[in-house]
Amino acid sequence: MNGFLALIARDLRLARRQGADVAMTLAFFVVVVALFPLGLGPTPALLARIAGGVLWVTALLAAMLSFDRLFQQDADDGGLDLLALSGMPLVLVALAKAVAHWLTTGLPTVLLAPLLALTLDLPAAAYPALVTGLLLGTPTVSLLGTVGAALVVGARRAGVLVALIVLPLTIPVLIFGVAAVEAGGAGLPIQPHLTLLAALLAAAIPLAPLAAGAALRQAVE
Amino acid sequence: MHRFANPTRFLRLANALLPWLTAAAVLLLASGLWLGLLRSPADYQQGETVRIMYVHVPAAWMAMAGYTTLALSSLAFLVWKHPLADLSARAASPIGAGFTAIALVTGALWGQPMWGTWWVWDARLTSVLVLLFLYLGHMALTNAFDDPERGGRAGAVLALVGVVNLPIIKFSVDWWNTLHQPASVLRLGGSTIDPAMMKPLFLMAGGYLAVFGIALILRIRALYAERRLRQLRLSLTDA
Amino acid sequence: MTGIDRLDVMDLAARRGGRPVFHGVSFTLEQGGALRLAGRNGGGKTTLLRILAGLGRADRGVVRWNGEPIGDDREAHAARLGWLGHADALKPALSARENLQAALRIADRPVAGLDDALDALGLGSLADLPASWLSSGQRRRVALARVLAGAAPLWLLDEPTVGLDAVSVVALERSIASHRADGGMVVAATHTALDLGSDTVSLDPAKHAGAIPEPTA
Repeated sequence: MNGFLALIARDLRLARRQGADVAMTLAFFVVVVALFPLGLGPTPALLARIAGGVLWVTALLAAMLSFDRLFQQDADDGGLDLLALSGMPLVLVALAKAVAHWLTTGLPTVLLAPLLALTLDLPAAAYPALVTGLLLGTPTVSLLGTVGAALVVGARRAGVLVALIVLPLTIPVLIFGVAAVEAGGAGLPIQPHLTLLAALLAAAIPLAPLAAGAALRQAVE
Repeated sequence: MHRFANPTRFLRLANALLPWLTAAAVLLLASGLWLGLLRSPADYQQGETVRIMYVHVPAAWMAMAGYTTLALSSLAFLVWKHPLADLSARAASPIGAGFTAIALVTGALWGQPMWGTWWVWDARLTSVLVLLFLYLGHMALTNAFDDPERGGRAGAVLALVGVVNLPIIKFSVDWWNTLHQPASVLRLGGSTIDPAMMKPLFLMAGGYLAVFGIALILRIRALYAERRLRQLRLSLTDA
Repeated sequence: MTGIDRLDVMDLAARRGGRPVFHGVSFTLEQGGALRLAGRNGGGKTTLLRILAGLGRADRGVVRWNGEPIGDDREAHAARLGWLGHADALKPALSARENLQAALRIADRPVAGLDDALDALGLGSLADLPASWLSSGQRRRVALARVLAGAAPLWLLDEPTVGLDAVSVVALERSIASHRADGGMVVAATHTALDLGSDTVSLDPAKHAGAIPEPTA
């Protein structure tokens, strides 16, 4: 447990010191969301209709940006070997990395999304669904991304590759997340959608680190 | 990979199978196309265009069969580390992707007269599209490493992750589709399939399966030859 | 450490990138012993070190610690290692001290010996500078300090002297001698004249090269 928390703490400290990385990801989020009204015209009705989808898709894309770095820095400087020799099973290493990733990327997205939703005229009733959905969905995306990141260690074009691999896997999260927002906006019950998101998260927590751990072992050997 | 010093029993068996598979493919496809395109009844709703079904449906089945082959080969490679399993997975991926693309294109060709549009985001098409993405991701990953062994193992893990995710994706797409498209329900050429249509369908399916087998064997042979060549060239540098 | 610790390597064979690197490598190391891996680049020194660490897989043969194969409990084996790879594994944004603290905490080891380790390698004044400011020789010394601070019985060092000046090499030799005197073991891959102390066995994996023979019967 100590090693697990120490790894999260170290990654958080690194993220704080190299703060530009996190800021860039959030800036990307803001810029891309801004592109939609610019591209589609500022009609409030249209924007409100697509707001849920735009925010979710953009959140996914922003997350993709940070995955190829997740293990690559450790692989490059030899730190991955040290993690493999830390006495922690690689499954726990992967889980710690996922937690750190979510705290530095997913959580800021959850906090930023409602502000951006204001610019897209999202109906007020949809906000709880948006925030809760992202709160449940972004950890799952972080976990799935850890699997992708572990698989592409040492690969060429790792950045694009990890997006190509992980995005299809996140489709269920996207579908239920957006469905929740739309249901919320229409005054329909959001419970079933959020429950499904929670179920996906519950499944991802044990399974994703297992796959990522296996992939990390291959990266090390 | 000293096990490659001599060709494996499997490859010898596969070479022996090849002429039989070719004959079977020709026979099944010929009879299937004859019955399907010329002799089977036209659909009471769709008319002649239903005949695309005989090309489209077996392709979709092979898309699934391809992923099953990919998943089983990947499992075998990770568990038993047999190099042939790696070759089988690498071979199955592009073939499966090819059948998936055929299913999507023929589906669009079939859909145009039926729905008046080339593409419709119904549950089945979307799921098949995602299946294509999974194939493409696997192909990209296995070939993204300088060390082929590393690529094979990474691809194998990804294939198995995809297997776990596939039913979830399918379910979520169904859900999404029923939420957004309650109106149109697609049928496969009528409420039940006329037995006169079943026969050519299964003949075509059998023919496709034979073609799949042929393509798989040919591709495994080619990959094996590539591997062997690489080994020989590298071992020359030892001298 | 109860009893005498032994590292037994029996008939080890390994591949790298599908090509055979060495076979038939066997040796035994006891408490306080040292093994030098010599030989040309590409000869398999790093491959052998990684197998000893449990980071790489051997094609054949087994590595045992006190009779138990190390593959049976990778985590326990990792806990008894002090590893120095080719790369320094330092995070540029953290100071030397922070790097060591993080590494020790992640490995769930006591942080107590940290300052002594830094002093032993002459890093006292540099300890709080960001690692990105340090020269490559200084970074190597920080990585060595990490091994010292870990207080593990078996040290596996891959080219430890890269970038080190003469004074630092002497400091390293002294640390190794002290470690051996305390009952620790050292396996070091080096093509320099690093003095690992008396009774050092030498092994050149490249002398065991060639195709891996099929197992008999």
